[in-house]
Amino acid sequence: MSRPVRFNIHAKDADIRDNVAITEMPEGLQGEGFFATNLEQVVGLARKNSLWPLPFATSCCGIEFMATMGSHYDLSRFGSERLGFTPRQCDLLMVMGTIAKKMAPVLRQVYLQMAEPRWVLAVGACASSGGIFDTYSVLQGIDQVIPVDVYVPGCPPRPEAILDGFIRIQDLVHNESLRRRNSEHYTALLGSYGIQ
Amino acid sequence: MSDILHPHITLPEGSIEKQTSTLNLGPTHPATHGVFQNILELDGERIVSAEQTVGYIHRAFEKLAERRPLYQITTLTDRLNYCSSPINNMGWHMTCEKLLKVQTPKRVDYLRVIIMELARISDHLICNSIVGVDTGALSVFLYVMQYRELIYEIYEEICGSRLTTNIGRIGGFERNFNNTAFTKLEKFMAEYPKVLKEFETLLTRNRIFMERTIGAGPIAAERALNYGFTGPNLRAAGVDYDVRVHSPYSSYEDFNFEIPVGKTGDCYDRFLVRNLEMWESLKIIDQAYKKVQEFKGAEAEVYHADIPEYYLPKKEDVYTKMEALIYHFKIVMGETEIPAGEVYHSVEGGNGELGFYLISDGGRTPYRLHFRRPCFIYYQAYSEISQGAMLSDAIITLSSLNVIAGEMDA
Amino acid sequence: MQANIPFWVGGALIMSLTNEKIQQRLQEKFGELVSGFEEPYGMLTFAAPKENNIKVLQFLFDDEELRFQFLTALCAVHYPERKGEELAVVYHLHNLVDNVRIRFKVFTDINQPDVYTATSLYSTANWMERETFDFYGVNFVGHPNLKRILNVDEMDYFPLRKEFPLEDQTRRDKDDEMFGRGGSFM
Repeated sequence: MSRPVRFNIHAKDADIRDNVAITEMPEGLQGEGFFATNLEQVVGLARKNSLWPLPFATSCCGIEFMATMGSHYDLSRFGSERLGFTPRQCDLLMVMGTIAKKMAPVLRQVYLQMAEPRWVLAVGACASSGGIFDTYSVLQGIDQVIPVDVYVPGCPPRPEAILDGFIRIQDLVHNESLRRRNSEHYTALLGSYGIQ
Repeated sequence: MSDILHPHITLPEGSIEKQTSTLNLGPTHPATHGVFQNILELDGERIVSAEQTVGYIHRAFEKLAERRPLYQITTLTDRLNYCSSPINNMGWHMTCEKLLKVQTPKRVDYLRVIIMELARISDHLICNSIVGVDTGALSVFLYVMQYRELIYEIYEEICGSRLTTNIGRIGGFERNFNNTAFTKLEKFMAEYPKVLKEFETLLTRNRIFMERTIGAGPIAAERALNYGFTGPNLRAAGVDYDVRVHSPYSSYEDFNFEIPVGKTGDCYDRFLVRNLEMWESLKIIDQAYKKVQEFKGAEAEVYHADIPEYYLPKKEDVYTKMEALIYHFKIVMGETEIPAGEVYHSVEGGNGELGFYLISDGGRTPYRLHFRRPCFIYYQAYSEISQGAMLSDAIITLSSLNVIAGEMDA
Repeated sequence: MQANIPFWVGGALIMSLTNEKIQQRLQEKFGELVSGFEEPYGMLTFAAPKENNIKVLQFLFDDEELRFQFLTALCAVHYPERKGEELAVVYHLHNLVDNVRIRFKVFTDINQPDVYTATSLYSTANWMERETFDFYGVNFVGHPNLKRILNVDEMDYFPLRKEFPLEDQTRRDKDDEMFGRGGSFM
């Protein structure tokens, strides 16, 4: 009987080059028993591969996120096994779906509760710009209330697109300077949203 | 009293000590599977009262619809109950067809039935696996999610989209189903029953699952009717009302299927009814597919009604034929005649009777379009259902009622 | 598993209750009060003065023959050009036993949109009426909790009335000509 899940009856010997994906080593100096590089790169590497997303799913895009998270597309391949459902523990706010004006203060509250460093991914047309809902009750893009790092277009975006957006967030995380969150530029950005 | 228990807390003069605690559930609580807020008044773990707040994704569908030509409203219906958008699409097309007095060919009806029943399966599958998740069985969710992907692949083959399908046109489909779609359908029909069986084996007689769901969130048939319940939730309470049977549309009268009903209207019955409905849907798809295969020759190429006034012509015809160009122009510029009148049409959506009340004043857009959204209507019973229940039961009740926020808030 | 509703005859599709009969029963009971009988697309539609809406609904609910005990939908419609009866409240009722649907309307002046609530008959009318209030400002007299449901509480107008714009007024980046904002297809 063919089943989608099979027992591994021909177990292979552990081969680190074949079975396990390892990220590239950062640039640095190495010799016997030591490896020297700058802290920023190591931190970036660590953060990048263990992002804890907070799914803020409101509508249709949330269903596509379910597919992304599910077995078929499997978001955990990118180091986000752990979906946190409390903003306090998460690094990445994934906003999926329409944000109505009634919801906007809630979204802002969730964002404020997150600890720095935090990133925001706006998934779908509604979160990015209001989408087809140019109406009195819908917020015309979440960037009116919180800063956004990556926008994913689509109504809803395919899971591949969500993954692509996620990988772009990873790139940002990887290359972010450790001092960015203390910079004047960043304070000014938050200040423009009225966040101290 | 409070001084003895909490010496560090001093209540203001004249205040009454509160015996219950208030818990705010939502609007972004992960356990609610949607955006709605419940403010629960708890006595220990027992719910004394629940107050719901909805409208967190109110998108003004009804106002939007007043500005859209009939054929553009399909995109809005997609986003009502996004777990089963094809049913909403078809429901809307049928409402238009009723208004325009268009008769669709049998083959179109059968193809529609296939699509609608696939949508019903995917809807129920999500709901039931989420009930599993809430009782602690995440594996079933991860397992059946793959089979929902198979359904999405079929949609993709037909209309190019996965979730918000925008499938079909007034009078039929935008294009004929291709062979790959049928092959994928066959594959799905061959594989899915086994999986559904397995899914049932994992949960239906699972001791933990039964303990959690039996007796959780029941509603009596009489109350359910008074609350305007429809669909699986009403049938779980024991009323065999199904729009597919009582006001057949899209040739549902040609099919042989049963309406599963429950008795107590609790979470377990709702789960069973949804499961049985998936089996019935499989039966219907099987019959419909056989009927579709019976069409031969030119008949097998029919995928829309012959209504040039309302059905957009093929693009290559628009470029080469005078008449097609004229019709294309007329439809797009809104020059076709649309009768004035009021129509109510309903279909059996994933969650119940999805109704469209359309008032046309002869203009290009509806004068008024009201969606009868089953979720919105039955969710108000939640405070009554959850009253006196344990907090953990209330969560399962919420997921087994299958409240879809997009449909509820419109 | 079997249906356990006593009054429900499993899958009765016989149309024993005809539109003529309903109309006759209503006219016997209410005489001139019920008016405007028509049958657009087969569904019996009629109207009554708004003061009598509950009496009519109660009769439809209680009558042994009519038994319209299921409220399918309740919504309002705004007709700005009909002076004195700008708002229509439309009830869709369903007799599940005989499988017959009817549509019942009451009209009200927009300056005094008071209509009696149907919540005592149908629990489901609760939210439907709140939604109607939210959209059109119909004041349902006697409603247990009449406040906005879908929109924010601070909203100070009734958005679905025809005079109010659909679009979000804060947007500046959408070009009217390209996107048809503010314009209309009609």
